[in-house]
Amino acid sequence: MKILRGIPASRGISIGPAFQFKKGELRIVRYQVEDPAAEIQRFEGALEQARRELAQVLEKAQAETDAGTASIFEAHALMLEDPDFLAAIQEKIKSGALNAEAAVADATETYAQMLDAMEDEYLQARAADIRDVGMRVVRILLKLGDSPISGLDRPAVILAEELTPSDTISLDKSLVLGFCTAGGGPIAHVAILARQLGLPAVVGMGLDILNIPDLSAVVVDGDEGTLLVEPDAATLAKKRAQAASQLEKGAKARKHASDPAVTRDGQRVEVAANIGDVEGARVALESGAEGVGLLRTEFLYLERAHMPDEEEQYQAYRAILDAFGSLPVILRTLDIGGDKNLPYLSLPKEMNPFLGLRAIRLCLARPEIFKPQLKAALRAGAGHNLKLMFPMVATVAEVRAARAILEECRSELSGSGQPIADQIEIGIMVEIPAAVIMADKLATEVDFFSIGTNDLSQYTMAADRTSSSVSALANAFQPAVLRLVRDIVNTAHQHGKWVGMCGELAGEPLAIPLLLGLGLDELSMNPPAIPLAKQILRNLTLEEARGIAQAALELDSPEAVRSWLESKYPL
Amino acid sequence: MPEITLRINHKTGLHARPAAMFVQTANKYKAAIKVQHGKREANAKSIMGILTLGASQGAEVTIQAEGSDAEQALSGLRELVEGNFGEQS
Repeated sequence: MKILRGIPASRGISIGPAFQFKKGELRIVRYQVEDPAAEIQRFEGALEQARRELAQVLEKAQAETDAGTASIFEAHALMLEDPDFLAAIQEKIKSGALNAEAAVADATETYAQMLDAMEDEYLQARAADIRDVGMRVVRILLKLGDSPISGLDRPAVILAEELTPSDTISLDKSLVLGFCTAGGGPIAHVAILARQLGLPAVVGMGLDILNIPDLSAVVVDGDEGTLLVEPDAATLAKKRAQAASQLEKGAKARKHASDPAVTRDGQRVEVAANIGDVEGARVALESGAEGVGLLRTEFLYLERAHMPDEEEQYQAYRAILDAFGSLPVILRTLDIGGDKNLPYLSLPKEMNPFLGLRAIRLCLARPEIFKPQLKAALRAGAGHNLKLMFPMVATVAEVRAARAILEECRSELSGSGQPIADQIEIGIMVEIPAAVIMADKLATEVDFFSIGTNDLSQYTMAADRTSSSVSALANAFQPAVLRLVRDIVNTAHQHGKWVGMCGELAGEPLAIPLLLGLGLDELSMNPPAIPLAKQILRNLTLEEARGIAQAALELDSPEAVRSWLESKYPL
Repeated sequence: MPEITLRINHKTGLHARPAAMFVQTANKYKAAIKVQHGKREANAKSIMGILTLGASQGAEVTIQAEGSDAEQALSGLRELVEGNFGEQS
């Protein structure tokens, strides 16, 4: 048995055969053809099939993903219509008597290298697109099927160097048991996707995983962050039992997923979902979400070369709000900067990006970024239960400035005759200790608070959560962090405002009794965590949860808090 | 041969969606259409050609058309570019 380790990115245990996801490094043989005219016909047949395939992929992308991803495939379709590109291929076949595969590969490479040499980052990225398109045609010519993943014909654990959105769109998700990638971190695309789908994932495993032969028996453990290759019988039996008990618990919880979470003594807690796109919305509703506690809007801005305009954002928000009908959806305005940068904003490099121009600070400094988003949200919110929340607020002045810009957007839109949301609850993310300290003043400016535990932990402990040497300090179970949670809840309630939590802690089963006891009104988490969280809430009373929380706040270390919680509510 | 010079005001430049719309519009006409930007020249019906022009926001491009519907082609492309590709500027 071999054990490989990486970063745990999505919980759960899966057992199955390994499947190496290879980005088709195709072997292209060059030869002279005797009948170039027939070879051109063969090429044109392949071209037709490629166009049909691409039309299907485009349809799938439009249904499943955001407009940004779909537009990638639209560009691919246009490349297959490009007269210069097609003429270059035909010329190579006709006058060079070259076989179609080599002709396509040569022409593709000529254009890809031209794009590679451009200064603009967007254009450089298009080189990958033309190679993608060219290889699709070559694959058809070689009769290798439409995409590398079509080799996935049975349930398997996917092993890959990296997985991009265009890779995962081609995956039949019903056959995927889990993901392991050589590169990537906990916020990589594949990690987020895995959490949405409720599949285990381990990332950052190193290139060794690419040497594991296809069909090897593997166990991916997303809790421990391990991949076991050809495990011995005893280990396999142990992992099977663990996986079965997780499944059983999950199935039991899912049966009641859509029931409300009411404690045995009648306290209702709203359980909502953290989502980032329309696919997430669907999974959230199936998992029993009572709304969206955190709609991340960054998905619209990442992995592209230009800012999404108001109309594109409107369409994206509208699709999500429509899915939730009259249920509340809290849209967080752009949270960019820090570890998430966007090439097209050309933000200055900072020594301490986490303490720099990010989130609301950036939006207030650059209203040309902020206003299209606010306008799109106001329009999309018409007839829906939309709430807005600003990230990274430290001062009262920031809230006032953001509200003033929102009002500006509202009055600019009101002349246009378009319907806009008239009453919107406005809240802030509580992630900076200053916001907790000033909570009484902030409470008069906002309708609600939502605690972001990842950043609140990092700023409270002065520990960079992306630095492996100190990230253990930035732990939401730190008593210092928990006391801040207590304080913000108490102050907000004194002012008649409600408090939610949308950080990782809210979806942690162990933390649920504690959070109930601290008085949180809403918990928002990744959709697959919802059924179990509701189940735990239903088994508790508010009274006992308060006791658990009070005692936890008197402990002096995160380890002590964890073992206290484990002793009170073994999972 | 009729020709016009236009300025690309769209914030994206002649990339991404505007590039695609430009090619789709050119494809509606039979005329042969050439686009020049600085020293580079491209076939208006070739997406790769248009992309490799590298015409960013503010760039000036010269468009030449030849064929029976050359005038219509130029006015169609002018409308697209001056209308900022159907978006508010």
